[in-house]
Amino acid sequence: MGIQYLHNPFHSVLSMCITITRQTLAIIYLQALSFIYTDVIPLVYLDTFAVGGGVPVEDQPDVSAVLSAYKQQGDPALYEEYYSGLKHFIECALDCHRAELSQLFYPLFVHMYLELVYNQHENEAKSFFEKFHGDQECYYQDDLRVLSSLTKKEHMKGNETMLDFRTSKFVLRISRDSYQLLKRHLQEKQNNQIWNIVQEHLYIDIFDGMPRSKQQIDAMVGSLAGEAKREANKAKVFFGLLKEPEIEVPLDDEDEEGENEEGKPKKKKPKRESMGSKSKKQDPNAPPQTRIPLPELKDSDKLDKIMNMKEATKRVRLGPECLPSICFYTFLNAYQGLTAVDVTDDSSMIVGGFADSTVRVWSVTPKKLRSVKSAADLSLIDKESDDVLERIMDEKTASELKILYGHSGPVYGTSFSPDRNYLLSCSEDGTVRLWSLQTFTCLVGYKGHNYPVWDTQFSPYGYYFVSGGHDRVARLWATDHYQPLRIFAGHLADVTCTRFHPNSNYIATGSADRTVRLWDVLNGNCVRIFTGHKGPIHSLAFSPNGRFLATGATDGRVLLWDIGHGLMVGELKGHTDTVYALRFSRDGEILASGSMDNTVRLWDAVKVFEDLETDDFTTATGHINLPENSQDLLLGTYMTKSTPVIHLHFTRRNLLLASGAYSPQ
Amino acid sequence: LSSSPCPAPCPGAPSSSTGPRGAGGSGTGMAEEKKLKLSHTLLPAESMKVMAEAMGIAQVPEETSQLLADEVSYRIKEIAQDALKFMHMGKRRKLTTGDVDYALKLKNVEPLYGFHAQEFIPFRYASGGGRELYFYEEKEVDLSDIINTPLPRVPLDVCLKAHWLSIEGTQPAIPENPPPAPKEQQKAEATEPLKSTKPGQEENGPLKGQGQSAAAPDGKGKEKKAPVLEGAPLKLKPRSIHELSVEQQLYYKEITEACVGSCEAKRAEALQSIATDPGLYQMLPRFSTFISEGVRVNVVQNNLALLIYLMRMVKALMDNPTLYLEKYLHELIPAVMTCIVSRQLCLRPDVDNHWALRDFAARLIAQICKNFSTTTNNIQSRITKTFTKSWVDEKTPWTTRYGSIAGLAELGHDVIKTLILPRLQVEGERVRGIVEGPVVSNIDKIGADHVQSLLLKHCAPVLAKIRPPPDNQDSYKADYGSLGSLLCTHVVKARAQAAMQAQQVNRTTLTITQPRPTLTLSQAPQGPPRAPSIIKVPSSITLPVQTLVSGRPSTPTQPSPPPTKYIVMSSASGSSASQQVGGGRDGTFSLQRSGQPRPCATPASISPLRSPALTPPGAGMLLPLAGALGSPLPSLHCPSAPTSSPPDPPLGAVWGPAYQAQLPWEGPGGLPHTALGGRLA
Repeated sequence: MGIQYLHNPFHSVLSMCITITRQTLAIIYLQALSFIYTDVIPLVYLDTFAVGGGVPVEDQPDVSAVLSAYKQQGDPALYEEYYSGLKHFIECALDCHRAELSQLFYPLFVHMYLELVYNQHENEAKSFFEKFHGDQECYYQDDLRVLSSLTKKEHMKGNETMLDFRTSKFVLRISRDSYQLLKRHLQEKQNNQIWNIVQEHLYIDIFDGMPRSKQQIDAMVGSLAGEAKREANKAKVFFGLLKEPEIEVPLDDEDEEGENEEGKPKKKKPKRESMGSKSKKQDPNAPPQTRIPLPELKDSDKLDKIMNMKEATKRVRLGPECLPSICFYTFLNAYQGLTAVDVTDDSSMIVGGFADSTVRVWSVTPKKLRSVKSAADLSLIDKESDDVLERIMDEKTASELKILYGHSGPVYGTSFSPDRNYLLSCSEDGTVRLWSLQTFTCLVGYKGHNYPVWDTQFSPYGYYFVSGGHDRVARLWATDHYQPLRIFAGHLADVTCTRFHPNSNYIATGSADRTVRLWDVLNGNCVRIFTGHKGPIHSLAFSPNGRFLATGATDGRVLLWDIGHGLMVGELKGHTDTVYALRFSRDGEILASGSMDNTVRLWDAVKVFEDLETDDFTTATGHINLPENSQDLLLGTYMTKSTPVIHLHFTRRNLLLASGAYSPQ
Repeated sequence: LSSSPCPAPCPGAPSSSTGPRGAGGSGTGMAEEKKLKLSHTLLPAESMKVMAEAMGIAQVPEETSQLLADEVSYRIKEIAQDALKFMHMGKRRKLTTGDVDYALKLKNVEPLYGFHAQEFIPFRYASGGGRELYFYEEKEVDLSDIINTPLPRVPLDVCLKAHWLSIEGTQPAIPENPPPAPKEQQKAEATEPLKSTKPGQEENGPLKGQGQSAAAPDGKGKEKKAPVLEGAPLKLKPRSIHELSVEQQLYYKEITEACVGSCEAKRAEALQSIATDPGLYQMLPRFSTFISEGVRVNVVQNNLALLIYLMRMVKALMDNPTLYLEKYLHELIPAVMTCIVSRQLCLRPDVDNHWALRDFAARLIAQICKNFSTTTNNIQSRITKTFTKSWVDEKTPWTTRYGSIAGLAELGHDVIKTLILPRLQVEGERVRGIVEGPVVSNIDKIGADHVQSLLLKHCAPVLAKIRPPPDNQDSYKADYGSLGSLLCTHVVKARAQAAMQAQQVNRTTLTITQPRPTLTLSQAPQGPPRAPSIIKVPSSITLPVQTLVSGRPSTPTQPSPPPTKYIVMSSASGSSASQQVGGGRDGTFSLQRSGQPRPCATPASISPLRSPALTPPGAGMLLPLAGALGSPLPSLHCPSAPTSSPPDPPLGAVWGPAYQAQLPWEGPGGLPHTALGGRLA
């Protein structure tokens, strides 16, 4: 404590008036120290420092040790030399190692810069940044911009990006050969500075075998904290679908007649049966039926399922030869205020979340939206009558549009419940609200995120829902609990989008830290980390069979992931702006993507997934070779006039509904 | 965080306007910004001092303000980054002040109240005393004014509209969808013909049953190939086929018939459709041929009305924002040029106002030059040469002379200065020769009159600009010969006018101040004599026409006038009624004749049309101009006037009511969008 006392005023003096003599004295003093402590102390210091980014250093124990240890490395003039030495070494390395070793540049650059800033060598930090920031890969530009504004020690407190670098180790995957090469070089050069950073701030995931190529590396890097560790994606994931409950379908006759008229009933019927039989068999990859308790099916749900199956028989089989028609719902006069859209599964209602805090529900069928009569009127109704469900509705309230007021900030996410009785909305005001679509009133406000909530979604089986927000966590809720059931923490930046797996056992979250994570609903564990996007993720979509995940980000790319193997299996390039909407067709043959660049694009999902290289080697090492075939996979591009596409939805018959707000240039 | 409440001297303002006040910046700049070098942009310490002063704290030490500046810069950047996050989540491209407010809220800072996002935040720049200042002008607002002004209209409520973006892979050509071939693509095709390596597919891809993915390769292949082809040698691309669907054939027929038909309302609608509908790209070659052939036929026939209709079509095509006409200029330019400089455009040059047509067409040519002239095709210089050549020629008739001068004059001040002013003296002499000399012919006299007023009209504003103010009659005479004194008075007027307009919006086109010859005057020579000086156009031209008509005693034989303006106007021309009706009939007759050579547009033919099929019977007469790029400029058709022909339909009907009410080149603005194209296509 005594030393701490000594050091702190010393520090403030340094920061206020930089007197050359004192500083040089300090450096000489600390360099002297360094000869003694070089090999012992760094570990201690660095660990503490890792926390110190966000928390006032004074509160930490052993601060004095930390500081002195820090200072021993503190000849700021040498930083540039160290870095350029390493740069020279890597540039002269063999081709096969160069790509892998180049991964070191960015994390080393960041940490060296932060150390300089932390030690208040403002000018050295500035010149270090100026000199080397141009070398960094372009996908780190966003973070570099944050770093460039960070020039003082005081700024480091509370800077989120800073905190991320300090609290988490940057993960690199490097082959053993390359790693040995690096190690040898650093030891030869006595380059302790860099070696310490490598030891303490980087997690080097060493693998045996051939070094990876530049393309292989580029495909996987880009996230805030480097690649995912291989172990992170090893857990078993039950990605299969749950067994569908058996429902009597008494309506075959009616169907048959319709088919007979078209003259091809034979073709359709066997297919239906096969679908039925498939759902009866237990998928080997499916989780146990009761792994997550799911709500009981109500009569109305069963009716809806029957409707769904009936519609499914009339579904258009899509493929490269048969593209879906696209119906575009344009929100006019939205004045840049439309922030979220959702469509019910049966495509009867559309909800829009707006920046003016309203939630607006439209009926897109001739059936208007009606609310239930008031309690007094309800008591007059004959409850035994057959059409009681019709009688309880108040005809006077029928309208095409209902506006829901309640939020006090822009509504960033909306989601209908599968039974169409409820609606969720989440907002900048930090709440998720549950609305009744019977009465068009707010039922519950779920408070938990204290910061803006960016996205929310109902489970495909109802009852559960997930939300994610600026507080970097996703939360699992049940509609009848006012507190979250699970909190999924791990993302290093805002959770920007959330999606339930079709079997409701997993949740995928996309984040501004440029990673996608898959969480197990049962135990809250993170079972997959997908890295490779170069910008914040803004859209997620599971394939209907639950095997694959598609993700879209601000970098305009759509990446495809095999959930079971935890591998990237495809990259779809074409969009020139943020991909805000992704959706697989009902049978999974087509992937539709909608973007800020005013286009809807259709991709051949069958072709992407058919020749997957999921051999043992790839699975074991996670090395992927992505073919450059985006252009072959692109089946169609459809420009809107000036409407960014922010939501896509396939109807049960595979008609694609797209929506967005017209924004005149 | 300081809320920067006062004008702050920040030389870096444009680049670092990330502060709460500069929040109107758009997010689309992000992409370019990424390529830029990251820099430590800081607010200057000066700003802090100024702000402190504004808040009543004087004498802030240098050190303090420097520290403050660093801190404030950092915080502003931090907030801007958070605000960007809100922009992205709001699915917008534009950062709003609201985003900044929410970002402040995240930091537990009170938002800045009272700022709302404007489309454009005008930062003003001022310098003085060695200090540069960017500030946002805030006007003092009188509360009572706000209270007393009527409330603004309630903005329209959000509504949903559904349309087909794609039907089984094909994008329908409806107004809700973007035009099948965007202008950029047309331009790229026109200027870089090598790109269309897949002939045919590009043009007819999005149209008809070409398979679902035809639209896709169109769009995506473009940008990739562009850089490779820069500077590649020019090769003519294979002839492309423009197939029209049945609907498009019907549309084409309707439109062309309406454009040259007798119903003005229909014509207005058709022209409106041409000027606004997207997706006319496919029909462009046909429209172009229609116009060029129409002009050829009608110039021989001296059918002024038809020529005017066709020029209005050209104008409408030019106005369509989705069309790029470069590929069709080889047909359009000769046609338009013909209408400017043809020796005779109408049957009775002494009576009919073919001058207006020449003016109108001259304006079109000027617009073409402005839009399409490049250093490669040299359109402007070739046109200028053509005009000059025919003007300089001694034997050129007055009509052609007028056209050449009008054409040159519309090309702008520079052309007037270099080409017209030096010849004023010569031209003045020639005009004087006609006006003061022995009466040669009435036609020549009218022609000379028009040339004189044209010269005065165009030269005066230019002279007003380039000559220093004291306007001396004698010096003008010395410089410009016989036109000198008239010019002098005009320049004086022009100066006065310019001074008056100085407060108003400064229009760059010189044409805007020019009054047009009014239709009434030129129509009826018996009317008020045409003054040689500038005549103010009455605000409503139709009014005098009506009074003129009612005041005519020579219409007793006329049956109760049909509701069309057409007949009413022709009565004003002062000939006998029977003749007019005949003339009218003949006018429509010739319209039909010109419509007839387009049999291909018959709706019955279901098979797709091909371009060659469009060539009318007189294909042998095709202009000898193969490509706009390769060929010299058009030889002009100035056929000699037939001695006896039925009179033209009167001009009031020809220009259409919209043109009567306003200057002819302005077009009928603000008409509701006709869905004619949408309905048919």
